[in-house]
Amino acid sequence: MIWRVEVKNKPGIFDAAGEGIKKDILDLNIKQVEEVGVIDIYNIEGKITASEIRRICEELLTDPITQEYRYDGSFETKGRGDVHALEVCYKPGVMDPVEDSTKKGIRDLGIPGVNSIKTARKYLIKGGIAQEQVNYIGDKLLYNKVIQHISDAKKEAADLKIEKGEVAPYKFRLINVDMLEMDDKALLALSAKGQLFLNLNEMRTIRDYFKKLGKPPTDCELETIAQTWSEHCKHKTFRGAVEYKEIKKTGPSTRIYNNLLKETIMKVTRELKKSWCVSVFKDNSGVIKFNPKFNVCFKVETHNHPSALEPYGGAGTGTGGVIRDPLGTGRGARPILNTDVFCFGPPDYPHEKLPKGVLHPKRIMKGVVAGVRDYGNRMGIPTANGAVLFDERYIGNPLVFCGNVGLIPKDRSTKKVESGDLVLLVGGRTGRDGIHGATFSSGELTAESETRSGSAVQIGNPITEKKVTDTLLKARDRNLFDAITDCGGGGLSSAVGEMGEETGVRVYLEKIPLKYKGLTYTEIWISEAQERMLLAVDKSKIDAILEVFRKEDVEATVIGEFTKTKRLELFYNRKKVCDLDMRFLHNGLPKIKRTALWEPPDLKEPQIQAEKQSTLPLMKILSSLNVASKEWIIRQYDHEVQGASALKPLVGAENDGPSDACIVKPILDSKKAVIVSNGINPMYGLIDPYWMAASAIDEALRQIIAVGGSLKEVALLDNFCWGNTDKPDRLGGLVRAAQGCYDVAKAYGVPFISGKDSLNNEYTVDGKSIAIPGTLLISAMAVMDDVSKAVSMDLKKPGDLIFAVGATYNEMGGSHYYHINGEVGKNVPKVNAKSGKAVMRKLSKAVNRGLVSACHDCSEGGIAVACAEMAFAGGLGMEMRVDKVPYKGHKRNDILLFSESNTRFIVEVPRKLKKKFRKAMKGAPIGLIGEVTKEERFRVTGIDGKSAVIDAGLKELKDAWQRPFKGF
Amino acid sequence: MGRPRVVILRAAGTNCDRETAFAFEEVGAKTDSVHINQLVRGEKELNNYQILAIPGGFTYGDDIASGKLLANELRYKLEDEVKRFISSGKLIIGICNGFQVLVKAGLLPNLNSGFQIEATLTLNNSARFEDRWVYLKRMHSRCIWTKDLPDDIIYLPVAHGEGRFIARDETLLRLLDSEGLIAFKYSDKEGNSAGYPANPNGSIEDIAGICDQTGRIFGLMPHPERHIHYTQHPRWTRLRSFCDSENIGFGGQASLRGLRNLKEGDGLAIFRNGVIYAKKML
Repeated sequence: MIWRVEVKNKPGIFDAAGEGIKKDILDLNIKQVEEVGVIDIYNIEGKITASEIRRICEELLTDPITQEYRYDGSFETKGRGDVHALEVCYKPGVMDPVEDSTKKGIRDLGIPGVNSIKTARKYLIKGGIAQEQVNYIGDKLLYNKVIQHISDAKKEAADLKIEKGEVAPYKFRLINVDMLEMDDKALLALSAKGQLFLNLNEMRTIRDYFKKLGKPPTDCELETIAQTWSEHCKHKTFRGAVEYKEIKKTGPSTRIYNNLLKETIMKVTRELKKSWCVSVFKDNSGVIKFNPKFNVCFKVETHNHPSALEPYGGAGTGTGGVIRDPLGTGRGARPILNTDVFCFGPPDYPHEKLPKGVLHPKRIMKGVVAGVRDYGNRMGIPTANGAVLFDERYIGNPLVFCGNVGLIPKDRSTKKVESGDLVLLVGGRTGRDGIHGATFSSGELTAESETRSGSAVQIGNPITEKKVTDTLLKARDRNLFDAITDCGGGGLSSAVGEMGEETGVRVYLEKIPLKYKGLTYTEIWISEAQERMLLAVDKSKIDAILEVFRKEDVEATVIGEFTKTKRLELFYNRKKVCDLDMRFLHNGLPKIKRTALWEPPDLKEPQIQAEKQSTLPLMKILSSLNVASKEWIIRQYDHEVQGASALKPLVGAENDGPSDACIVKPILDSKKAVIVSNGINPMYGLIDPYWMAASAIDEALRQIIAVGGSLKEVALLDNFCWGNTDKPDRLGGLVRAAQGCYDVAKAYGVPFISGKDSLNNEYTVDGKSIAIPGTLLISAMAVMDDVSKAVSMDLKKPGDLIFAVGATYNEMGGSHYYHINGEVGKNVPKVNAKSGKAVMRKLSKAVNRGLVSACHDCSEGGIAVACAEMAFAGGLGMEMRVDKVPYKGHKRNDILLFSESNTRFIVEVPRKLKKKFRKAMKGAPIGLIGEVTKEERFRVTGIDGKSAVIDAGLKELKDAWQRPFKGF
Repeated sequence: MGRPRVVILRAAGTNCDRETAFAFEEVGAKTDSVHINQLVRGEKELNNYQILAIPGGFTYGDDIASGKLLANELRYKLEDEVKRFISSGKLIIGICNGFQVLVKAGLLPNLNSGFQIEATLTLNNSARFEDRWVYLKRMHSRCIWTKDLPDDIIYLPVAHGEGRFIARDETLLRLLDSEGLIAFKYSDKEGNSAGYPANPNGSIEDIAGICDQTGRIFGLMPHPERHIHYTQHPRWTRLRSFCDSENIGFGGQASLRGLRNLKEGDGLAIFRNGVIYAKKML
């Protein structure tokens, strides 16, 4: 039978969750709500007696101090004025994160009879509001129809049956896809209907291949090819040929790339030949040397589309997915750091202006932050670095970059599958999660389900992944497996296909543990269920490794073996359902050739009246969303777990200033450390993607220098998020950015070690396709020999001197100064890597010699913002004069203060070390621009040497900077 | 005796086990990381250790309520072993999630010695997880773990979503105080009660850590294992310029409280107190 248990706080106990929702409702401009109550519901199905259910309630589901329960009906809600109840539960097939734990908890009580559990949440909204408003609140805040529905006891009972497979058991039937005689139109229709995302040329290649074999492909074979040849797995655009045309003043020029990636990003690495690069562009993450015993690896990925539809689940599984990359690198790295960068629409965007079907940016932001928080925190990986940017063009297409750094023993940094090894699947069970286009097989659901990609419908389970991580690393240390990879996009089809490429592999699909009955063999094969890893294990070690997993309740199942046939063979209950030649699967993809066009946009420098006073613009920039304090987000991340944090994301006298980069010291009794930073500025890309790329690299590098790192061992990752690159103008920008990456990274001497691209980030409004601004994230990781040399950006001591390092130019294009004036401009900041490298080297040495007590890089908002941040972070004032700023060109106060020229730093130097510092920086453009004061003011004298152009109290400045996200 | 043996208890979702073990090793203990299953299945004996440490994390995902599932495992599957461990004069420390486990298993405060649940740690008043540094005022308590500290006010980070301490009733709360079971209270840097965010979760009476009547069982929400070395302090980079660069020694400035010298962070003393006690008494 089904017991329905309700649990809620006792009267008089503060309901923090309800209070939080009440605040969110107020944000929706609904002011009548007096109180929100939350009731947790457990639908428990099985042979459970009344006395047993009472025990379950008392000893497991209820906190005896703060909560009360009912199992024989609902809590009374009537008679308490206008109370509206809204009950929300997950749709069948969506992972219910609490189900497994609750089952375990009941077993631990010695009660064995439970079959299945479904949880739900009931919201009691009190106040004089209409039912429509209740629905609106539900829609905007309390549930997401992609994964949840409004429910009641009856519906949940029905869902339980569906999940147990009682509705649609699966009967095997081999499906052949009759495509051998198809014409172009039919091929395209097949690709579209099957959501294969293959183009005509690719479909023809497949048809012709099977025609030659004289048999049609099975559905499973076709799916496997589609997955393997997908943009996601093969990066067809980046690895494809491009005919690139550039329109310049001097006339057009054309350049042919045979493989864009190899001829730009990867070329840097190839030409620099750094001996500390261990494994680049091959494995699941890039690997570099760390110390004599360990290497470090780094990967950043995006999870944009899922996060747009289901922000919490999308961002959570994005985090979970990228953690599995280092874990699936070599023979397994221990994850030590997360970094996350987000691009959202403005959180104050009017609800009524939102395009249909798009979630509000504020909701997306809150959901994404919560998703990253809950996954990272539960995994016990510090999230210690990141950035958040806002632009209206991200409204329909938010960007969620998730990165992870891992630590891996030197002798475990490679992998090799041997013929005869067993295929071992470890971790979560397989369900219909993330099967493209497939919706759960229930009539009821089809009626209301979204027609969108099913891959959105995923909720992660970080504890499963944590268990997998703990046990895998144990197995690694005992050398119990030969190779490992993660199941990500494409599920088993990609993971098995890749792992068996050199040998051949045979898999028995019926052996794969399922969450519920009813999956077809193809669904099993392409499911993107989370938290699964794939291992190649020597037969002699299989018992030992299974024992490691069994001990900590991690499911591990032998599902096949690696062969010598160089074929991919799949069976379902002894019936062959797929038999593909690995060569065709991996190399049969026809090369694509695209055309790209770059034409400089027609932009002008705006005529902005030079103001006498720059205090107001400074305040405005400090309050602009990209610059404003993200403390609200940072504090929700456990950025100190593992005890390795040495420079935190928030620094200064009150632990709230913006650190340039984070430093972790992963081996607790060693001084050796890893610095991670990020460079990103899509505004520059509106003017020229080449200089956007150059600036992003410069920014990532100068942040590393600013905290005490050096250029000696820095590795870069690229993440391109772009619009539809089938359109030549979009691709033109991408090519230009890739060229910028090559030129600047090469000149700085910093190799790329891994990267990723997410294309087709567009959405349609009123029939018009809107692309995101081409966005390039450059992530940098540096190895630091001695963490005790680190400096933070907060001012330290009155009387110390302030130097500006690096030259300022009239480069206001894409600046925040123009942004607050509603302009874009034309003079985008450029990078001179040759002089930039010299500046960074000198400054790095000076920091390492202890000549510098604070250092901050100049980025958005230029020198003025950098100085203001240093002052309020340190709780100390600054007197500064702009005429001493190293500058080339016609001087103007606002240009000197707000230009965003690259390779610049503001540096605090103890007075007595002035000479030494000057000597150390000899040859670099530096200027003594001011000093640190006791008085809590930031005062700037203009170019005339007399008038005060900025004069503001630190408290005002800090308030301006903290205000936008306070009380979120 | 030689090096006391510490069992670092792990379960699905434990995530501060490595740094907790490191802290104990730093003060001369020998640690053994043991999964709850190993104890339940009898592969390891609780009795072979002098100290049981339950580290931070999200055991079983904080599902149902933080610490609840692991607490029930201790209550229902290891009841005899745990009781024997306590009655033989041994030590237990629960940090963050470990504190939640001890409270929800009835091991803390255990005023009536019947292992009943007398208090709880529940959702922060802010309704979300927060990571921030807090000042802790040491109270006059029976707790052996807080006997010898660098100062009466120490500085440690908290990182939790469910840390609001609530006692069953007013009587119990008074007893905690009068019996000397409150080990730490959240405070400002001068030791005064200061509301949010000094008290990061809304705990009643600013309670951050409590012990049982023996003083040997101790739980706290803040993380002492995250402040055992100076580079973990959020403001260590400010030290250099307050002092002569040639003579880096004590901080002294109020904003640097907790950063006493360049070797040891405030949290280490807590582990040392436990290990010294174990050495002497067991």
